[in-house]
Amino acid sequence: MRKKIVAAAAAGILSVSMAGAASAETLRWARAGDSLTFDPHAQNEVPTHTLAHQMYEPLLLRDMAGKIIPALATDWYATDNGNVWEFKLRKGVKFHGGEDFTADDAVFSLKRAMMPTSDMKELLSSVKEVRKVDDHTLHIETKGPNPLMPNNLTNLFIMDSEWAVENRCAAPQDIANGGDNPCARTTNGTGPFKLVSRVQDQKTVLKRNDAYWGIGIFPMQVTELIYTPIQESATRVSAFLSGEVDFIQDLPVQDLARIAKTDGLDVITAAENRTIFFGLNVGDADLTTDTVQGKNPFADVRVRQAMNMALNREAIKKIVMRNQSLLTGVVMPPFVNGWTKELDAYPAWDIRKAKALMSDAGYGDGFGITLDCPNDRYINDEAVCLAAVGMFAQIGIKVTLDAKPKAQHFPLIKTQKTDFYLLGWGVPTFDSGYIFNFLVHTTTDKMGSWNNTRYTNPELDKKIVGLASETNLTKRNKAIAEIWNTVQGETLYLPIHNQILNWGVTSKIDFQVQPEDIPHIKFLVFK
Amino acid sequence: MLAFIIRRIGQALVVLLAVGFVSFSMFKFMGDPLENLLGQEATMSDRAELAERLGLNDPIVVQYTRYLTRVLDGNLGISYRAGLPVGKIILERLPATLELAFLSGVLAIGVGITFGIYTAIHRDGIITNAIMTISLIGVSLPTFLIGVFLIWAFAVNLDWLPAFGRGPTGNFLGMELAIVTWGGFKSMILPAVTLGLYQMTLIMRLVRSEMQEVLRADFIRFARARGLSERAINFRHALKNTLVPVITVTGLQLGSIIAFAIITETVFQWPGVGLLFINAISFVDIPVMSAYLLLVGTIFVFINLIVDLLYFGIDPRLGPTGGEGRHRA
Repeated sequence: MRKKIVAAAAAGILSVSMAGAASAETLRWARAGDSLTFDPHAQNEVPTHTLAHQMYEPLLLRDMAGKIIPALATDWYATDNGNVWEFKLRKGVKFHGGEDFTADDAVFSLKRAMMPTSDMKELLSSVKEVRKVDDHTLHIETKGPNPLMPNNLTNLFIMDSEWAVENRCAAPQDIANGGDNPCARTTNGTGPFKLVSRVQDQKTVLKRNDAYWGIGIFPMQVTELIYTPIQESATRVSAFLSGEVDFIQDLPVQDLARIAKTDGLDVITAAENRTIFFGLNVGDADLTTDTVQGKNPFADVRVRQAMNMALNREAIKKIVMRNQSLLTGVVMPPFVNGWTKELDAYPAWDIRKAKALMSDAGYGDGFGITLDCPNDRYINDEAVCLAAVGMFAQIGIKVTLDAKPKAQHFPLIKTQKTDFYLLGWGVPTFDSGYIFNFLVHTTTDKMGSWNNTRYTNPELDKKIVGLASETNLTKRNKAIAEIWNTVQGETLYLPIHNQILNWGVTSKIDFQVQPEDIPHIKFLVFK
Repeated sequence: MLAFIIRRIGQALVVLLAVGFVSFSMFKFMGDPLENLLGQEATMSDRAELAERLGLNDPIVVQYTRYLTRVLDGNLGISYRAGLPVGKIILERLPATLELAFLSGVLAIGVGITFGIYTAIHRDGIITNAIMTISLIGVSLPTFLIGVFLIWAFAVNLDWLPAFGRGPTGNFLGMELAIVTWGGFKSMILPAVTLGLYQMTLIMRLVRSEMQEVLRADFIRFARARGLSERAINFRHALKNTLVPVITVTGLQLGSIIAFAIITETVFQWPGVGLLFINAISFVDIPVMSAYLLLVGTIFVFINLIVDLLYFGIDPRLGPTGGEGRHRA
């Protein structure tokens, strides 16, 4: 039926415009979740950013390979005053409504993203002031030198200041105080696509912005973009197999082989910016969920090393992940600054050596412990935990698995109520400093909010804090390497693997998987 | 009659209050909404501040009372997930769920009663046996599997019907409905069959067994002896006497079609309130969950009321006054 209509329509068009029809390309796109809101600063969440990126633009963009490229800023550098970054803004850019893009819009948008109701404010927490120098020059002053400031700007979208004020959305949507604002449903960006229609959780239609500054720079071959969230993975895959969508994200690993075998459909793959690992309570004097009285077995580094060795990562990869993972020995994906091959190497699976370490530590008879695991957050998360339970049993550690939804799992970590847990960590700044701030620094009011290991090392903390203001990149990278050496030497975490992202595309599409899972459709090419 | 209705509405309010309180006290086991609201970069002080602003630190009873006061004001709160008023979101989604429930209800009752009567009258035979066998699938397979199977058969392999979503909508009496457009109707067929299949087979089996029971009764034999036509016996006498239990069950099932279309809506990405509820659960969106449960409670209570009134229409002896003063002929 559908094919017939398309054929009839094509025949009709053919007689009217022979030339224009060839370039009209519609892309039908599906992923599991929908954008939560079009207010560009109200939710720091990947599907929300993904749609925003098609219509709004940040100053700098991470391209399909994860590399930072110019977007609304053409040039950027730290000025002689180490606390001030200068951004040269692109000239001749217009918003969808026809307004000119100037430094006023950039100042307004970044200030908006720093407001208390913004979900993006943490990314700008080091910023003291944002200033307009002239219409196309912007200064961002930080509280201290911040060599990574530009890395934080890649998901901070620029709105037109006058349009936002006119539409009563000078401040981001505030859920606690009544919530709604018109910007949650309408958009006015400078991006490659314009909003045509939207029904949340149902369908969003965008069309190409023919006045986009990047025409001629980017392929821009898609003229109409239809985005439909399909939550249930079996249905999503079916829609792809039956030809109702051309491009899907969140492909379930069990369907990869089937799709790759289907004529006309391809699977494309890349490492995701997310490492999966086990965390251990190493800091407390005694654990609440173990069977050892009066002391904490995880406090002994030999126990941690033994567990690291007992973890048969290859088996997890082959059986649980169906080869869709990259094994690792460090809590850091490969493209993050600070990553080395040596850090990435993981200890060989060696039960005998692990058992010897356990006896040395005085736990030759093993002990019992509870493992908290999410069951709806990461790829096959519960199955990974289940596999590990059997592996730790081989060295005498009797693990009781407690798997639950993420909404219940994460609060255990944030409130330090678990002794042994699975967690995944992505690095939006693509720099080790981010990992240290959240996972290694002692838990304080501002730092270490995901460090549930209770590990504390004042000397290391000082080094971590020092990274934020070290502008000499050689020195800084040296400090990063030192911190990693300590973390790895302590076996603070038991890394398992980096997740792999799989997208499905029809064979006529030439596209690349973006490591943040954010496709920029302007790069998509039809073969 | 009026007193009866008022008494039932009073009872309904008590039920709703209880449903509200039980669900409210369950929410703390659902997880922590702050996690989703704040994102991974949030600091401890951000958490504390937001918890205070949303009033999540107060005891359950205080939160519940505050919620009730707001609901009585007509304010269902703001969705944590979408940042929009809950009442508005639910009203936007409700037509999609109601029209789906309507179509599957019509399918279930229409096909269920027809097949039920047929198999009751023709106790044996190829068609009866085929219907009974297929109906076994309907009662025994989970909705999820049936949905995925239908998608596989009719969307992926035959390419007749869409695999997901709600097709184009048209305006009907001020509501945007898919059922009034051809494309929209096509998109409703698979979800409606999936949703209604269990009810269809249940009604069919119920009608069949009730009717067989009645057909064995003495008054049917007398009717035959009086020389009434088969048609009059089957439809005027037998069917009418099987309807009371059928209506009870159908009424309750209709409620569950509307209220628990959750799985079907998720499988087919049908943008109704069930899908909204599933999303609300994974996001710990307390305002949406509370409102949904209140809605479901209201629907059930309302349907029960209608069922009670229907009994009265079919069999006056069951009415509010207990049929006093009537002849029991």
